[in-house]
Amino acid sequence: MSSLQIKNLRKSYGAVEVLKDINLEAESGEFVALVGPSGCGKSTLLSIIAGLESVTSGEVLIEDHVVNDAAPKDRDIAMVFQSYALYPTMTVRQNMTFGMECRNIDKATQDETVKRVATLLQIEPLLNRKPGQLSGGQRQRVAMGRALVRDPKLFLFDEPLSNLDAKLRVEMRSEIKKLHQTVGRTTVYVTHDQIEAMTLATRIAVMYQGVLQQYDTPKTIYEKPANTFVAGFMGSPNMNFFKAKAVKNGDGFSVVIEGGEGTPLPLPADRYDTLTDGQSIIFGVRPEHFSPASDNRAERKGIASVAVPVRVDMDEPTGSETVLLTTIAGQNATIVCEPDAAPAIGDTVDFEIDMTKISLFDRKSELRL
Amino acid sequence: MADATTHQEFDPLATGSRSKQRRSRAIVYTLLVVFALIYISPLLIILTNAFRPLEEIVREGFISMPNSMSFGYWVEAWSTFCIGGTCEGVSRYFSNTLLMTVPATILSTAFGVVNGYALSKWRFKGDMWVFGLITLGVFLPAQMTLLPWAFVLGKLGLSNSIAGLVLVHTVQGISFTTLFCRNYFVSVPDDLIKAARIDGAGFWRIFRRIMLPLSPPILIVCVIWQFTGIWNEFLFGTVFTSGANQPITSAIVAFSGSGTGERHYNVEAASVIFAALPPLFIYVIGGKYFVRGLTSGAVK
Ligand SMILES: Nc1ncnc2c1ncn2[C@@H]1O[C@H](COP(=O)(O)OP(=O)(O)O)[C@@H](O)[C@H]1O
Ligand SMILES: [Mg+2]
Repeated sequence: MSSLQIKNLRKSYGAVEVLKDINLEAESGEFVALVGPSGCGKSTLLSIIAGLESVTSGEVLIEDHVVNDAAPKDRDIAMVFQSYALYPTMTVRQNMTFGMECRNIDKATQDETVKRVATLLQIEPLLNRKPGQLSGGQRQRVAMGRALVRDPKLFLFDEPLSNLDAKLRVEMRSEIKKLHQTVGRTTVYVTHDQIEAMTLATRIAVMYQGVLQQYDTPKTIYEKPANTFVAGFMGSPNMNFFKAKAVKNGDGFSVVIEGGEGTPLPLPADRYDTLTDGQSIIFGVRPEHFSPASDNRAERKGIASVAVPVRVDMDEPTGSETVLLTTIAGQNATIVCEPDAAPAIGDTVDFEIDMTKISLFDRKSELRL
Repeated sequence: MADATTHQEFDPLATGSRSKQRRSRAIVYTLLVVFALIYISPLLIILTNAFRPLEEIVREGFISMPNSMSFGYWVEAWSTFCIGGTCEGVSRYFSNTLLMTVPATILSTAFGVVNGYALSKWRFKGDMWVFGLITLGVFLPAQMTLLPWAFVLGKLGLSNSIAGLVLVHTVQGISFTTLFCRNYFVSVPDDLIKAARIDGAGFWRIFRRIMLPLSPPILIVCVIWQFTGIWNEFLFGTVFTSGANQPITSAIVAFSGSGTGERHYNVEAASVIFAALPPLFIYVIGGKYFVRGLTSGAVK
């Protein structure tokens, strides 16, 4: 059963259309991440699901019922806000019971529920404090607690971690994942952080300028991005995009990076059958799919590969790996390699590209080939 | 909130050399004392005259230290002095004003808080127009509203009554209280309202449980503003009421010299102080919160 369905949804503020024909559907228990840059309409979409904003056209269904005209309280959802939105004059306990109080749930059940959720989130010692007396991380927990006491059909999160410092963010991230596994409720999670989306979601919806770019599993989104926007947005450091040409090469095709020596990089056979000889393409390679030619990684995996000469301009060691800012055939490229294998700055060394992991996009439409 | 008396972030006088600092400090304090004296002197003069016998005032003039003191004039002013044809002192007019000011303050504040809440948190088409029209009253001179009010009060049968003045002051006051409350509530994050709506709360429950508990600072501002404003108001009282129904501000106009016979400066001085005491009292008690409420946002 699908828990949430969004059909042909459009939303305009005056003449500005901020959501353009969104179609989305989440199975029961799924964790959907809405990801995209700031201003792409993620929060608007979430508000529409919550019933805080009206739709211009299209339908929102929760458990197969159209809820377009239902008030937020009748949609059986719970939401965690980026600002936490804790009621400042109420204690943590009152914050958590307010929703149950509005729904006339008896006092004994309220107490029991608060106790259960407080234990789950380890916030029992905070129950009698006011939000002003809590740290950022504690407020975050309380905000989640307020959502959890309700046991709703749908959890909505709007960038819940973006106000935390980096370390706490990683901690809370795994905690949210654990919570989802415990509670098992359908969740829609808005974030601009692609790592959060990758680590948490069962499916990711990538949005850009009000358009849903791709909706798929994290693995597919990462390995087979639908267009250059998705390819560039997901993954860090960013995917490299080279201007290139497809060249017919016997039965299959090769890629020739423009501006270089014209070395053909043979593509795996039986794929890319829509290519035409001489077609202008964008050749996408993730930074981790380069390896020093001296490793012979491609040979060991049994993939035919050709080395490309790489000039190293700068390095950024992160400790676990080293990011190389390089030039390939006159085009900028980022390469990630093991710290021990990093060549010296200024050197030109051969790197080979794992041709089974690359992405090709049409130069004009920027869509995946 | 930082307390102004215990914590100063920036001392504007603490620059330059020691002697220069001392000199600028002296100038500042001299100026402050001079202005303080200018503002306090009318109060002092009236206060001293309220204790002096009449012949002493006539003999030595208004500005002089009292030779002998008596509380008798205060008693006379409160209960037996003849003003505007009745000889009940100012007590009658004092209670008139109280009966006008307290309900009008409560009503206009209550309406203002609800208006401010609705206009800042439940946006609707044309809400800015509604807000603009309501707050137009802030800028409209009271004289302009005299004729319409006379008409309305006449139609309602409230001419020459305290209830009529309560109505006028409530409606006139809503402009101010709405402006204050709306601007204060704008700083309450919208997310709080959204969260409460998802929690299942409606308009009034959100008002009661979330907005009102955040409102004390602005409620104090409204109450002080309305109480002192309505108490001291003079024009409506004079125009719409007469005789025994007048508020105290209108009644003591009789002292302006239109009466025949002997002037009782000392009793009149005491009467005037009775008239001025409540707003003064309110301001002394609440002045600190007044300034705080005007400058603070709802949520830190
Ligand atoms: N109430 C509104 N009126 C007009 N424009 C709005 C309103 N709310 C959001 N927008 C616009 O809609 C777009 C999407 O906003 P939002 O959903 O908040 O983006 P995101 O959450 O992805 O950063 C933005 O360009 C924003 O300016
Ligand atoms: Mg947002």
